[in-house]
Amino acid sequence: MSQVIPRLKTATLGWRPDMRALSPFIALVALIVLGTLLNPDFLSLSNLTNVVTRSAFIAIIAVGATFVIASGGLDLSVGSMAAFVAGSMILVLNGMGGSDGGTLAMGLAVALVLGAACGLANGLVVTVGRIEPFIVTLGTMGIFRALIVYLAAGGTITLSNFGLRELYRPAYFGQVAGIPVPVLAFLAVAAIASVILYKTPFGRHVVAIGSNREVARYSGVPIGRVVTLTYVIQGLCVGLAVLVYVPRLGSATPTTGLLWELQAITAVVIGGTALRGGTGRIWGTLVGAIILEVVGNIMVLSSLVSEYLIGAVQGAIIIVAMLVQRSLQRER
Amino acid sequence: MVPILQAVSISKSFGPIEVLGGVSLELEPGRVHAVIGENGAGKSTLMRILSGHLQPSDGRLLWEGAPIRFAGPHDAEQRGIVLIHQEILLADDLTVAQNLFLGREMRRGLLVDDAAMRARTAQMLAELGTAISPDAQTRNLSLADRQFVQIARALLVPHRVAIFDEPTTVLTPVEAEKLFAVIARLREAGVAVLYISHKLGEVKAIADSVTVLRDGRHVATTPAAELEPADMARLMVGREMAKLYPAKVPATGDTVLTAEEISVPGFVADAAFTLRAGEILGFGGLVGAGRTELFEGLTGLRPCRGAVTLFGEPVHFANPREAMQAGVVYLSEDRKAKGLLLDEALRPNLTLAGLGRFMRGPFMDTGAEDEALSQAIRDFDIRARSRDLLARQLSGGNQQKLFLAKMMLLAPRIVIVDEPTRGVDIGTKQQIYRFIAELAAKGVGVVVISSEMQELIGLCHRIVVMRGGQIAGEVSSNDMTEDAIVFLATGVHDRLAALAAHPA
Repeated sequence: MSQVIPRLKTATLGWRPDMRALSPFIALVALIVLGTLLNPDFLSLSNLTNVVTRSAFIAIIAVGATFVIASGGLDLSVGSMAAFVAGSMILVLNGMGGSDGGTLAMGLAVALVLGAACGLANGLVVTVGRIEPFIVTLGTMGIFRALIVYLAAGGTITLSNFGLRELYRPAYFGQVAGIPVPVLAFLAVAAIASVILYKTPFGRHVVAIGSNREVARYSGVPIGRVVTLTYVIQGLCVGLAVLVYVPRLGSATPTTGLLWELQAITAVVIGGTALRGGTGRIWGTLVGAIILEVVGNIMVLSSLVSEYLIGAVQGAIIIVAMLVQRSLQRER
Repeated sequence: MVPILQAVSISKSFGPIEVLGGVSLELEPGRVHAVIGENGAGKSTLMRILSGHLQPSDGRLLWEGAPIRFAGPHDAEQRGIVLIHQEILLADDLTVAQNLFLGREMRRGLLVDDAAMRARTAQMLAELGTAISPDAQTRNLSLADRQFVQIARALLVPHRVAIFDEPTTVLTPVEAEKLFAVIARLREAGVAVLYISHKLGEVKAIADSVTVLRDGRHVATTPAAELEPADMARLMVGREMAKLYPAKVPATGDTVLTAEEISVPGFVADAAFTLRAGEILGFGGLVGAGRTELFEGLTGLRPCRGAVTLFGEPVHFANPREAMQAGVVYLSEDRKAKGLLLDEALRPNLTLAGLGRFMRGPFMDTGAEDEALSQAIRDFDIRARSRDLLARQLSGGNQQKLFLAKMMLLAPRIVIVDEPTRGVDIGTKQQIYRFIAELAAKGVGVVVISSEMQELIGLCHRIVVMRGGQIAGEVSSNDMTEDAIVFLATGVHDRLAALAAHPA
C-alpha cells in the first residue's frame, strides 16, 4: 500500500529523454559554443585535439572510478597512487639501464602490476577490514604521497636513458590515423570498461551492490570479491593512465597527480553517475573528463577568470553537478 | 451527530489515470471507521487526501460541516488530524524520547528540556501499555516497539481525528491487542478513528462501520455488526472468494533437511527440526522469537553454529551463495530492503540471483533474460503496466510475486519464505498460497515463517513454534489451533490474543 500510483504517471507518457544521461553531452556542447564565442581559436583542430589529449589521464582514471563509485565506494588515493606508480616505474626503467623494447615493456608491466596491487590493497582493507572506503583511501592517499616524496627524496625522478625516452615518446605524442595515442587509449579503456560494466555478471553485481548492498547479499552476490575487484580495476586504470602520462614529461615529482582524485570524481559525477552508487555511466564519465579540460582551456584562452583559479572552478563544478543531479532526481 | 470530517464525492486523478472516483466518507467523534480494499483500491490515496498530503481533483472535504481545503499535512495536523504511517519513520540513532519530540522539542529557555520530555514520553508509552524505556536507542527496538513509538509520537499532538494505516502489519497478536486497547481509549475520548487494514478479522472486532473500496470506487459503507469477514472479502474482491487455502496433500517424502543444536549468537539457542520433501513446515512465534535469525543463520546470512544435514550430507554454509548452490534459498520478510532493487527495472531484479543462467560466453544474454521475464510474468501473474517499470512502482503483491519468481529461477530444492503475504492483498495471498502448495507438490521442502496464525494453520503440515530464541514446541494435524500456537509462543493461554490475529 505504498504510494505507487503517482509514479505511474511517467510511465504512461511514453518516451522521455533520460536527462541524467544526456545532460553531460548537452553541457559539453554548451561549453564548446561558449568557448568559440569567447575566442574563435578555441574551435581550431589543433586546440581541440590538444584538449582531448590532455584529458586522457583523468579520463582513464575516472573510468576506473566509475566502477568504484557505481558499487557505492570511493577512492581518494588515485592521485597519489599515480605519482607513486609513475615514480616507481621510472626508477625501475632507470635501474634496468637498457634502452630496448624489452626494457620498456618490463617497465610498463611494472606500472600496471603495481597499480593493480595498490588497488588490491585498498580493496582488501575496505572489504576484509570492513572500513569506510573514504577513510581507507584517505589513509592510502597519504601513504602513496609520502612514498613518492621519499623515493624522489623531495626532488624529481627523471627517466635518464635518452634512448628509452625516444622509444617511449610516441605513447603520448604519437598519432595513429591522425588520432593521438592517448585518445585512442582512453577510447579503448572506455569501450572495454563499458562491456565489463554493462554486459557481464560482474558489472550487474557492481551496480546491484551500489543500488542496495543488502539485496545483493541476500541474492548471493559475492560482495567482498566484487567490491575488491572494483578497486583493482581502479588501480589498473591508474597504471594505464601512468603509461600515457610518463612520456609526456619523462619525470615524476612529489606534486605529480595532485588533486587528480578531485578531477576524477568530478568527471564521474558530471557524467551522471550517482555518488551514492547504483548507476555507472562510462561514456558520461569520459565526457565529464573532457568537460573539465575544456573549462580549463577556455579559462586560458579567455581572460574572464585567472587560470590560477582553475582548482576553484573545478571544485565549483562538482558542487553544481551534484545540484543538477539532485534536481533531475526529483523530477523523476 | 455532526461528522467531524466528511469527504463528499472525492475524486483524484494523476494525469489521465483516475485512482479515486466519487468516494464519500463520514468520520464521527467516538467512532471507529474502517476502510478496506485490495492493493490499489485507493485506500492510501483517500487517507492522504484526508490528512492533507494530497488535494482532491474533485469533490469536497467538510470539517465540522463547513467546507475546508487543507494547505498541507501541517495544516491538517494543526486541526487535530494525525496520521500513523504504515512505514516506520523514526531516526535510528536517537533515543525514544528524542524521536517522540523530534521537531517539537520541549524547551526551557534556549535549551531543550530533556527531563520533561523523558517524563512525558514515559507517560505516553505507559498509556499505550508498553514497557519501552524513553532512553532506549531506537535502533535497538523491535519493529513492533518502533510502531508503538510512532503511535506515541503521532498522539502527542492534540488530536481529534486519528488515521491508522495498516498499523498491525508488524505487530504480534498480543501487541495488536494493546493497540486495540489504545484505539478503544481514543474512541471513548471522543476521537474519530479511521482504520485502514487488510486484516478483516480485526476490522470486524474493532470497527463501528466499514467502507469498502474497489478499484478506486466506493462499493459499500455498512455497520460492522452487519458484516462478516467473508462478506467483506467478497465486497473487496467483487466475486465469490474461492477457498483461500489450497487442499493439503500429505507429505510422504524423505527427510531432506535435519538441523540439530543450531545456535545463532544473540538470537537462537539450541534449535532442532527436520523437513521432508514435499512438506510445508510452518514457523510461528512472536516477532523477535528468533525465527528469521534461525534461517538467516542456516543459509549463511549470519554466523551460526550447529549440525545441518542436507540430503544426507553434512553441510555448513559460509555465505548465501553456497546455500543457493546447494539448492537452499531464503526469501526475506523485508522484500523492499533485502529482496528487490527498488530502483532497478524488473529484468535485472528477476535475474540478479541467477545471472549465471543467462550467459552467452562471458557476457549477459539479455534476450534470454527478457524471455525469462515474460515467462515469470505469465507463471506468477505479475501485473505491471509496462515491463520497463521500476520494481518500486509495482504494488506490494506484485513485488512479492517478482521476488518469488527471482528466487525460483535458481530451481531450489528447499525454499524458506519469511512472511510471504505481508502487505499483500487477499487476491494475491490466495495466489501465493497456491504457488507454495504447488511447489511442495513438486517435492520441494518448504518452510513458511509467518506471524499470521491462520495462514500457518491453513497452509502447513506441521508448525514449529519458537519463543525467546528457542523452539517451544510443535503442533500438527488436529492440534493446529490458534490457542495451541499462542500458548507455545507466549507461554500463557490467552484467548484474546488469538482473537486479535484473525486474518482474512
